[in-house]
Amino acid sequence: MSAVRAASNPRSASAFDVKRIRADFPILQLKIDGKPLVYLDNAASSQMPQTVIDRLVRYQTSEHANINRAVHYLSETATTEYEAARRKLQHFIHASEEREVIFTSGTTDSINLVMHGYGRKFIKSGDEIVLTALEHHSNIVPWQMLAEEKGAKICVVPINDAGELLIDDYEKLFNERTRFVGVMHVSNALGTVNPVKQMIAFAHARGVPVLVDGAQAAPHLQVDVQDLDCDFYAFSGHKLCGPTGIGVLYGKAALLQAMQPFKGGGDMIMSVTFEKTTYNTVPHKFEAGTPPIAAAIGLGAAVDYLSTIGMDAIAAYEHALLNYATEQMTQMPGVRIIGTATNKAAVLSFTVDGVHPHDVGTLLNQEGVAVRTGHHCAQPVMQRFKVPATSRASFAFYNSMAEVDALIAGIRSVQKVFA
Amino acid sequence: MADYRALYQEVILDHNKKPRNYGTLGHVSHHAVGHNPLCGDHISVALNLKLDPECVECIDDIAFKGESCAICKASASMMTVAVKGKTRADVETLIQEFLAMATGKLDLDSPNHIGRLAVFAGVRDLPTRVKCAILPWHTLHAAFSSLANASTEAAQDPMNAPIGNA
Repeated sequence: MSAVRAASNPRSASAFDVKRIRADFPILQLKIDGKPLVYLDNAASSQMPQTVIDRLVRYQTSEHANINRAVHYLSETATTEYEAARRKLQHFIHASEEREVIFTSGTTDSINLVMHGYGRKFIKSGDEIVLTALEHHSNIVPWQMLAEEKGAKICVVPINDAGELLIDDYEKLFNERTRFVGVMHVSNALGTVNPVKQMIAFAHARGVPVLVDGAQAAPHLQVDVQDLDCDFYAFSGHKLCGPTGIGVLYGKAALLQAMQPFKGGGDMIMSVTFEKTTYNTVPHKFEAGTPPIAAAIGLGAAVDYLSTIGMDAIAAYEHALLNYATEQMTQMPGVRIIGTATNKAAVLSFTVDGVHPHDVGTLLNQEGVAVRTGHHCAQPVMQRFKVPATSRASFAFYNSMAEVDALIAGIRSVQKVFA
Repeated sequence: MADYRALYQEVILDHNKKPRNYGTLGHVSHHAVGHNPLCGDHISVALNLKLDPECVECIDDIAFKGESCAICKASASMMTVAVKGKTRADVETLIQEFLAMATGKLDLDSPNHIGRLAVFAGVRDLPTRVKCAILPWHTLHAAFSSLANASTEAAQDPMNAPIGNA
């Protein structure tokens, strides 16, 4: 049982002042077709509080220039703020050193960096890479590309009917050829929180490094990369109340130093001649070209904002929301929840009997309720549950219990239309 | 803003619930499978073209099968009803008109052959749902052209080819 579990009574989270928090997010005041926006697509992308918007404006208004280059005031200011953002992210995930935080364009970019920087250097023909049946396409496809290039093999950890990884099977997949493990922390399609700490310890006992895809975990749980002891941890800014186009790859310093660069260009070099290039030190070795400076600074402001509220408080409140929504939905005839793991975070995937998820999504939109419908970039998960797609409500700490009620009422009206 | 519910009207819900010409045909001269990778909808259209007494190709029989949302299924069902017995040339005109309507490029007040299919006009205001409505029509066009697969995503989309001179 995880620390994110809170009391099942939703009102127990009333100490969490969601009304005050909602006032921080201007977009939540929107009306859709005359109805208040009920934004339940946070697993796809979260909304941005005014303080982050203001930070971006301040940067562009008075701090912007290129970083790590010139000696003038603006360049120094931008560099200072960019590196300050790196330290904020370091503290947010409890990394031991700031150079272990690499700014990327997002989770996909972070995973591709590991594939190119670590995988292409250290994984050879006949080696085996362990992934799970829950993975997002972004933690499947890069490894398939590598496996094809190197003649390596992908092994997949299966899941049970609740959407939980079968840990016995995970352990049985290991052999002397196992070289790498990629596992998501929280499932984007089902909400399952995976026992990554336990999985990492098992892999490490066999000398195998582990990449954790934290795209859905970083916004909802207190992430401590040192406690997890993961080798790599990838996540995105835009799911974390930050801007798009920015993400983070955490990597253990020793591994990052051993890796080859992913992209070549400016900033990632120490010296260049046509005969030989000497690469820069970590993290700059992995940040070729002008990075998304504004977005990185914006993400720094976003984690400041989240830390003010507290990730533990966020996790507890979101859990109360999820429990309340799950209880409501469980009582609805004709509605099936996909993904019923004991340990879940912020995601409620469901199907409505006789109604295609796209029809559910279009009709919910009429009620102002925004959910995601589709395969959630996790087609193997859909195949496992024998559904072409699901509707997915995904919660953030700024969602209210009343919004859960709006979702439930919306599903009832969908059932009425298709009765 | 569009009244979404207008799209989910009685006739569409009825065709979704009781699709016409659903299943397989005994004799098939043309066949194609349509797929919308975005939402996983897939639909197969089979038809039997024969020459009428004036030696004009016409649809003797047509059937469809597949997994899809209500908009796609109702569109396929109503399409089969609309095209059965019609000449290939007339059907190609209708395909063109339906696609134009779904993308908001057809003036419904000017002469056309849309008829009851006008219930799908509302999808033009729902860009993400246009593909659901037009997938069966793409697939029918692909079947005519003896193309194995239709897709609303593919670069070599058969609908990018000029319609009517296939």
